[in-house]
Amino acid sequence: MDDLINEFLAETREMLQALSGAIVAWEADPANRERLDEIFRFVHTVKGNCGFFDLPRLQQLSHAAEDALAEVRAGKRTPDARLVSAVLAVIDRIGELAHALETGEAVPSEDDEQLIAGLAAAEPEPKAAPAAPEPEAVAPTPSDAPKKGMRSIRLSVDLLDRMMNGVSDAVLARNELARRLREAERDVVVEAAFERVSACIAEIRDAITRTRMQRIDSLFAPLPRMVRDLCAELGKQVRLEMDGGDVELDREMIEMIRDPLSHIVRNAIDHGIEPPDQRGAKGPVGLLRVAARQAGNQIRIEVSDDGRGIDAEALARKALDAGIVTADRLERMSHQQKLMLIFAPGLSTASEVTAISGRGVGMDVVRANIERIGGVIDVDSRPGEGVRLSIRVPLTLTIIPALTVSAGGQIFAIPRSSIEEILRAGGDSVRIETVGEACVATIRGRRVPQVSLADLLGAERAADPQAEKIILLKPAGGDLYALAVDAVHDHEELVVKPAAPAVMAAGIYAGTTLADDGRPILLLDPSGIANVAGVRVDTVETDRHAAAGVADSVGREVSLLLFRGLDDGLRAIPVPVVERIEDVPVTAIRHSAGKLRLAVGDRIVPLAGCATPPESDQLRVLRLTDGVTEIVYGFASVVDIRSLVLDMRPAAAPGEVAGVALIDGAQVELVDPYWLFAAHGDPVRDDERPVCALPEGDPWMDNMLRPLIESMGYRVVAAGEGTVADILIASAETEAPPPVAAGKVVRLRATPDSPREDDDSIYRYDRAALLSALSRSAGKERANG
Amino acid sequence: MAELYLIVTIGGRRVAFPASDVEAVVELEGLTPAPRAAPHVAGLSALRSRVLTVIDCLAALDLGATDLARLRDAVVVPSGGHPYALLVEAVEDVLDAEIAPGATRAPIGAGWDQVALGAIEANGDLLLLVDPHRIIAGQDAAQAA
Repeated sequence: MDDLINEFLAETREMLQALSGAIVAWEADPANRERLDEIFRFVHTVKGNCGFFDLPRLQQLSHAAEDALAEVRAGKRTPDARLVSAVLAVIDRIGELAHALETGEAVPSEDDEQLIAGLAAAEPEPKAAPAAPEPEAVAPTPSDAPKKGMRSIRLSVDLLDRMMNGVSDAVLARNELARRLREAERDVVVEAAFERVSACIAEIRDAITRTRMQRIDSLFAPLPRMVRDLCAELGKQVRLEMDGGDVELDREMIEMIRDPLSHIVRNAIDHGIEPPDQRGAKGPVGLLRVAARQAGNQIRIEVSDDGRGIDAEALARKALDAGIVTADRLERMSHQQKLMLIFAPGLSTASEVTAISGRGVGMDVVRANIERIGGVIDVDSRPGEGVRLSIRVPLTLTIIPALTVSAGGQIFAIPRSSIEEILRAGGDSVRIETVGEACVATIRGRRVPQVSLADLLGAERAADPQAEKIILLKPAGGDLYALAVDAVHDHEELVVKPAAPAVMAAGIYAGTTLADDGRPILLLDPSGIANVAGVRVDTVETDRHAAAGVADSVGREVSLLLFRGLDDGLRAIPVPVVERIEDVPVTAIRHSAGKLRLAVGDRIVPLAGCATPPESDQLRVLRLTDGVTEIVYGFASVVDIRSLVLDMRPAAAPGEVAGVALIDGAQVELVDPYWLFAAHGDPVRDDERPVCALPEGDPWMDNMLRPLIESMGYRVVAAGEGTVADILIASAETEAPPPVAAGKVVRLRATPDSPREDDDSIYRYDRAALLSALSRSAGKERANG
Repeated sequence: MAELYLIVTIGGRRVAFPASDVEAVVELEGLTPAPRAAPHVAGLSALRSRVLTVIDCLAALDLGATDLARLRDAVVVPSGGHPYALLVEAVEDVLDAEIAPGATRAPIGAGWDQVALGAIEANGDLLLLVDPHRIIAGQDAAQAA
């Protein structure tokens, strides 16, 4: 019985989550039958279930709501703002009661009656309450219909976590075993068995990592309701747009972002978007956009509004008053740096503390929370035009790409997201000078403060400072500085966990992780180090302008993804064209219509990077996009992501490889995305192809001509009344061509000889003339488009 | 009411932890220092795939510092969502005992005073009952409180 109740509660909770968008959409458009039905189904299901479980209060509430909604459905009642609010109140109460059942708390029952009474048909009052400003909200595009055909079960999160921990343990045990095997005598049989176990563990780890992924939808689902409630409370009108709900993110990560995100949304509505009468030319309804996008191995979440924006000067003055910055420093701060003050602790932009966003956390806490999961937050704003906050977080909470370094004989990790560049202290491009007690590194004309990690940790510095490595760090919101370490070891994907408070108190750590050999490693926090070391980060900006010319003359820095191809060759591709990396089943690959193609969801995408389908079960692919078309590119493994100035030797002939460059002493082939898209990209979609109209019911045209025209990239339509086409093909023997709005008419005749001198028709088997007529037209069309 | 207690030695004294606070007793393998962390944090150590924050009980009690070169037994205590390992000199036994009222009215020393919960009577011996969470919180927290 307990199991059944738990099942019921979990189901109710899930339905409530899914429903919150529908409720707001229904409120915005009470005539929307679909939404109404959805809400009706919910209360109906709850009513049915709790009758079974003997939960009288839930039953009473859901019954009353069902009755009221049934009347609306039957057309006996029109939903007004009052009814909607009453239904919302009842649904909220159902949620509270369900929660209380789970936790065993009690919810006072006195006002249940009141809620139910609220549902009763209102006496037509002559003076209705002034209509609350109607918040508009656009619900997420209806993917609400339950997905069919996917078998699923409900699992407790604890169990998942135990599985995850178990797999992590297994990985460590495997590493230990691998080490022992290396030390022991070689035994081919044992090694083969070990390889098999290794592969199995990797597979399980991958599968379990996937179970942790969740669509970001669940993060967005409560927003419409929140926006609605806030609007009602503050008398504002806001249209909410949401995008990218299908991006997947680690479940734990979603929980970590939930509070910061709702805080940002609250801020935007409370402080950002003005009341309707103050918005002037922008129109009374404010726009709030929340969008998620996956870019490489990061998820980017953007919240933008078109409100009053942040007054950077006012913010700066406030920071000065609060003693957060000195007047001297303020003078040299850029607009962007002043905006970033919004994340400084103890600074609130609101002139008065409001109930909405004045309570609880400030933006400094939002930033701290984002940074705790290895994320970065940025702000951009123009007064009067709005604010855009963008959060970038790694794809999974647990795995952060990091660089391991050592200082004072100890190994540390640095999140790769904040590393700009790695240099050798003794190299030509670096000069290190001591100014007073401070160190300043001059790197290609750019002067940055330098911190020695060993000094900071109170450890011995390496004997030879020339052998030190310099890591250029750009912490979130901070400015560039250089960190000197004894040695740089490796790029690793680390499983990061939060450190204990007594360790975090040091202010320079972001978390802990385990190395391959099972020893703990501390993950350094670049912005924390800057703070603790007292780096004055404000002088860089001005120097950077001076240095810009120098950097340009050297060449533009490009961000490259280094990978191994299926032939084991080392290649690189510009990161911006890589949309994401995915493992796809080989069964989805087919050699069809002259190319290898991969079925992705409901689309077919050309596959490059391999000539034949690989023999394994899975193929790792890069999903590349040029903004319009998509290509997948098969490869073996990711090596690294590097930002560097390329010195490329071009290839002998244009092809998949544009040229070769030396990266870390190895020859790396640079994949040419331009060629890839030209060679593999499917022609543009139907609606963008030129249109050719053919007369209906002409068997010769249909059977013989049509394939030729289609092979030229045309979309063929039947010529009829009102057809719009770029080119019309007509028979010269027919007197009048069909009434078609065509850019050009090509007339074909059945006889080789032209009947008249001035006839421009083409003999229908004169392939060359026909192709030239078609291609001229197509070319013209493309040029116009 | 009789409860289970874990008897350990810290700073040469036999003291008791409530067994319900203790997850395990382990032998630490390796210690990664955590520079600039709170003074009573000896470093980090791995227990299977978990990272334990190792607490030097002597430092926490202001009784000096444990010789970290000689790693010994540690008592694993989860606290505030993080697993900790408390360095102790010896782990004796788990036994049933009763709270002995009034015993801590005698002055027991400043460091101990901050972590003591009372005393227990076990097999005829009077032992100080210590709250591991207060040891984990360390000196600073204790002084602030």
